[in-house]
Amino acid sequence: MTTKQLLSGNEAIARGAYEAGATVGTGYPGTPSTEILENFVRYPDVYCEWSVNEKVALEVAIGASLAGARTLVTMKHVGVNVAADPLFTLSYIGIKGGLVIVSADDPDMHSSQNEQDNRHYALAAKIPMLEPADSQEAKEFTKLAFKLSEKYDTPVFIRSVTRLAHTNSIVSHSKPTNRPLPQGFERNIKKYVMIPAFARLRHLEVEKRLALIAKESNELSINQTEINDKKTGFITSGVNYHYLKEIYPEATILKLGMIYPLPVEKIKKFCKIMKRVIIVEDLDPFLETLIKAMGITNVQGKKLFPLTGELNPDIIRGSLSTNKSSPVSINIDIPNRPPALCPGCPHRQVFNVLKKLKLTVSGDIGCYTLGVLPPFSAMDTCIDMGASIGVAQGIEIASNRKKKNTVVAVLGDSTFAHSGITGLLNAAYNGRHSLIIVLDNGTTAMTGMQPNPSSGETISGNPTIQIDYHKLGESMGLDQDNIREVNAYKEDEIEKNITKLLTSEKLSLLVIKGLCVIFKTRRIKQLKKGK
Amino acid sequence: MNKPVNLLMVGVGGQGIILASDIIALAAIKAGYDAKKNEIHGMSQRGGSVFSHIRYGEKIYSPVIPEGQTDILVSLEEMETLRWLKYTNKKTKIIYFKNEILPANVQEYPKGIEQAINKSFPNVYIIKPEELKEKISSPKYLNTVLCGFLSNFLNLSKGQWIAAIKDKVPKETYELNLQAFETGTKLKT
Ligand code: SF4
Repeated sequence: MTTKQLLSGNEAIARGAYEAGATVGTGYPGTPSTEILENFVRYPDVYCEWSVNEKVALEVAIGASLAGARTLVTMKHVGVNVAADPLFTLSYIGIKGGLVIVSADDPDMHSSQNEQDNRHYALAAKIPMLEPADSQEAKEFTKLAFKLSEKYDTPVFIRSVTRLAHTNSIVSHSKPTNRPLPQGFERNIKKYVMIPAFARLRHLEVEKRLALIAKESNELSINQTEINDKKTGFITSGVNYHYLKEIYPEATILKLGMIYPLPVEKIKKFCKIMKRVIIVEDLDPFLETLIKAMGITNVQGKKLFPLTGELNPDIIRGSLSTNKSSPVSINIDIPNRPPALCPGCPHRQVFNVLKKLKLTVSGDIGCYTLGVLPPFSAMDTCIDMGASIGVAQGIEIASNRKKKNTVVAVLGDSTFAHSGITGLLNAAYNGRHSLIIVLDNGTTAMTGMQPNPSSGETISGNPTIQIDYHKLGESMGLDQDNIREVNAYKEDEIEKNITKLLTSEKLSLLVIKGLCVIFKTRRIKQLKKGK
Repeated sequence: MNKPVNLLMVGVGGQGIILASDIIALAAIKAGYDAKKNEIHGMSQRGGSVFSHIRYGEKIYSPVIPEGQTDILVSLEEMETLRWLKYTNKKTKIIYFKNEILPANVQEYPKGIEQAINKSFPNVYIIKPEELKEKISSPKYLNTVLCGFLSNFLNLSKGQWIAAIKDKVPKETYELNLQAFETGTKLKT
């Protein structure tokens, strides 16, 4: 077998975790991070789970790490917002088994609701962050991240972006490290119980260790300089390094593998010998701000490049010179081809009904966000996972109460488990009369059919529980008659139930069941193959 | 060979361009080249436009092809060929499947595409899927037909192609995929 393989950035991160001896992986699916865990679970002796959301994924990971296991946690950029609460305190308590968190950012929003720059989390939570530029580095940096994590008793971030996650490049394999058996949890309340008195002491430790890491970052070989001419030097990281090399193979570059904390001495030295330094980075002027704050004055960055979208060789070249390519142009208008709900999707019917009834639809993340597009045009808000339920309540509160209720919340089953349940509880507790519609397709379809608590199986295909909406709703005080399940293909029934529940003046949960057709076809194929 | 080979493969979500581009990139590494392949998935799975950049050569930096530098643009759908023109130049070879897939909510297919492409590019190759129907056992193998056709233009040996196909397709379908590949090599160039 060859040891050289074409791997995507995501596959390479999984391989890196395996070679580093990690044995636990947790996460919540989110493009472009999803395939990391899907690949990690295939290695022997590894436990993986799709947690119900990123906060829980990180909390499980913290437990595993404190019991001594090297642990990988994966999520997309907006997922880190969900996990932010435990994240900042994790930084204080530190780790036992190495703990690496992958934040997969999505500049240009190929499939996300915003393009936030998660490098700010490294700074805000005081957690070191590495940014690989290709799959080989994705593997190596993941291994290094586990090492640094244990050396400095800190979680470590790997920052990936869509272009790294979904680019295949050559990776050579090495043998996995012999994994030490986790020794189990040991009590240490001053380190693990963050009451103010202990947390104050831990904060001092955090600052101390950050200073030590900053010092080491000057010596780390992942922060490397390539010096040719001394007129213009570039500082960059990640895939932008390759874009730069594509345009200027001979450029003088300081490539940062560790983007937080920065190697101050190395940067100062580099800028001193250069006449002018240009910082090439996606999204926010993160490096630029930190480097200018070092008192360095011969640097430029976002003055030259756009603040939004992702960079590429053409944008970089265009920003630095006027040399343009002259592509062929043909003058025929072609229509856009936006993604849409699949032609046979069982959950198309409900959007027809919502449109027909002219309801205000508070929507959510997933396939059903596509209900906003024609022919349905039946969605009015979409903010983040689970927000549909809360937003619907707010609209209900502030709307003229004399008018009859015309707001419904619509979300998928995975999203409901992710962060819809707390919204439902809030509605029940505060006596709202909202109608919450869960479109249960039996899987997490948008990210590629990952199982969730409504699917009856785990990431490894083992059978497990399935959410019982009736019991759940009842336990929150909903009337049995206000908890209903209908078949997604029965448009009449859907309409009848929505109308009925809206006028009931009570909090209602309508579950519309119809297996995702893509998932179903895949299942049938697997069954035929005898899997 | 200093200049990388740049291949842009485009189509509609669900047409399976990923497998074909996997095979090409793998054949290139088997030939000893550096290779990178980039695609975007996610939203694009629901019938949106999809693309895959494949680059190979002595040393590949950017995973995306710079504008105007595509050597071969392969499109699995007619109008998709036009969406990516900024990556082409006069010399770009255009290979496309004569397939018309209407986007959701569009009633009428744009006209005059074939003539316009023929006028703008000197090297255009059109593959008609229905003409292949008798030659391959299932449309599932159109992607390997395409690989066979591409093998006429790329500096990769037959052995390297076959080894890549073997690695990438399910065992049960290997023979049928090989046949499809052979069919592709014999299409008129
Ligand atoms: S992937 Fe499944 S759930 Fe999503 S639109 Fe298609 S059929 Fe519906």
